Amino acid sequence: MTAAAPAKTEYEAVIGLEIHCQLSTNTKIFTSSSAEFGADPNTHIDPITVGMPGVLPVLNEKVLEYAVKAGLALNCQIAPYSKFDRKQYFYPDLPKNYQISQFDLPIAEHGWINIELVDKKSGTVERKKIGITRLHMEEDAGKLVHAGSDNLAGSTYSLVDYSRAGVPLIEIVSEPDLRTGKEAAEYAQEVRRVVRYLGVGDGNMQEGSLRCDVNISIRPKGQEAFGTKVEIKNMNSFSAIQKAIDYEIERQTEAVESGDEEIVQETRLWDESTQVTKSMRSKEGSSDYRYFPEPDLPPIEVSKKQLESWQSELPELPANKRDRYEKELGLSAYDTRVLTDDRSIADYFERTIATGADAKTSANWVMGDIAGYLNAEKLAIGDIGLTPEGLGEMVNLITAGTISNKIGKDLLPTLLKDGGSPKAIVEEKGLVQISDPAAIEALIDEVIAANPDELAKYRAGKKKLQGFFVGKVMKQSGGRADPKLTNQLLGKKLNG
Amino acid sequence: MIDIEQVRKVALLARLKLTDAEEQQFTEQLSSILDYVQQLDELNTENVEPTTRAIELSNITRQDDLKPFEDRESILDIAPDREDDFFKVPKILGS
Repeated sequence: MTAAAPAKTEYEAVIGLEIHCQLSTNTKIFTSSSAEFGADPNTHIDPITVGMPGVLPVLNEKVLEYAVKAGLALNCQIAPYSKFDRKQYFYPDLPKNYQISQFDLPIAEHGWINIELVDKKSGTVERKKIGITRLHMEEDAGKLVHAGSDNLAGSTYSLVDYSRAGVPLIEIVSEPDLRTGKEAAEYAQEVRRVVRYLGVGDGNMQEGSLRCDVNISIRPKGQEAFGTKVEIKNMNSFSAIQKAIDYEIERQTEAVESGDEEIVQETRLWDESTQVTKSMRSKEGSSDYRYFPEPDLPPIEVSKKQLESWQSELPELPANKRDRYEKELGLSAYDTRVLTDDRSIADYFERTIATGADAKTSANWVMGDIAGYLNAEKLAIGDIGLTPEGLGEMVNLITAGTISNKIGKDLLPTLLKDGGSPKAIVEEKGLVQISDPAAIEALIDEVIAANPDELAKYRAGKKKLQGFFVGKVMKQSGGRADPKLTNQLLGKKLNG
Repeated sequence: MIDIEQVRKVALLARLKLTDAEEQQFTEQLSSILDYVQQLDELNTENVEPTTRAIELSNITRQDDLKPFEDRESILDIAPDREDDFFKVPKILGS
């Protein structure tokens, strides 16, 4: 007799993300010093940045504009009345011993975005709505260099660079709506796309202009209450976010199932070299931030008129573009994702099809040969000679049958490098496709006459040799023979 | 009223090291300040919006124009310690 094994408890993860995104303003959030990345140590400091007594911080109007635009793009409600607060803690990267942030009246709340999860094998797309709790403005801290060791624990002293202190950030806090590492990574990427489309930040994770902290707990499926949450930091790529979460889900599940280890509320660091999360020493008793309203900064009241004006300046966002490309242009979910990932590529594509060029053919050129060239040469789409109008012209020449796809590919290197009009080049070099059956037949006759052995083999049953003849005819024509017509006519001649 | 435990916690958060006598003294003094301020509790504030500003002023912003501070040396110079262009701080303890 076989006893049924007790049903194994299934666990699910509950994940929320805090994304810090640097805004690409010229100056800092509260002073007119440069917010540039990568300057020499302490180049961009001033009395306000380092918190001298008696100074007066004043909000950068661009920071407010960018934060509101990001809030609107993330479907948030913009607060009619918002203020700054002081968050108090002691750490040497914080020159004033408080960070100017926003506590209970953030500039934006109650938003959401849709993310798309593509199954690579089947190509199917699953959409999920992720809530956004809030978005607020704050200042960045400085940078620490731990001397005498490669880590904090072994160092004998530390060096501080305040150039980054006071650089404007927005912090975007998600609802705990995410369940897997893949969802979290996709959510973070979508937020970055939005920020980049808006032009309010560059979202560069390596340079730290986009930073992600993850809150994660697990619970038995079906249970309402959350488990003990752990915070993970120090991921500097989207794949690291996914891997850190997947690792942490496994670690927490094992801990709960075996009962050997208690999950404690703590901060863990993702270690890229060993691919594990490691516990940071806990900062017990110090996480009481004692927020209070920043007395030096008056509150912000965004008027309805101002809000409408900023709203009208928003570009079409990636989710809307994806939707439109699928519905109106009939492109696949995969194609739309590739084309809309980067706004400059999407703009290029849209200008290409504005010439009347076929959408799918244009998409193939942009995602295939052109993207390949950009990758290989490390160029942006704006750096190449081929304008979208030029590409449109070439696609139109191909679809009209004036030139073959092959000729198009041959022309591309010159066009990418030097630009120019494909039509003019085709005419000048005499590359127009040969579609006259008589002309092609003449070519075929030449080729057949020159290859009697292959003809005999073909007629003896080696039908695969048709490919050989097609190649010869194409070569003979300098790639200009219409391939479809060539194939048809050749079949007749070979069998005739 | 404030008790000695709260004084110790505030001292810890403020990174202040207090002697036993100071803990006693501050417990009494802080309590007396809080008691005094507590008189405000006698007012009925049920329908009063919390205020976050002392003067009626909002939306004070500046343009995003670069005006670098010219004398960063003067800031580095007054630091208790520096190493080249860095501020130098003592070993940071984990907890």
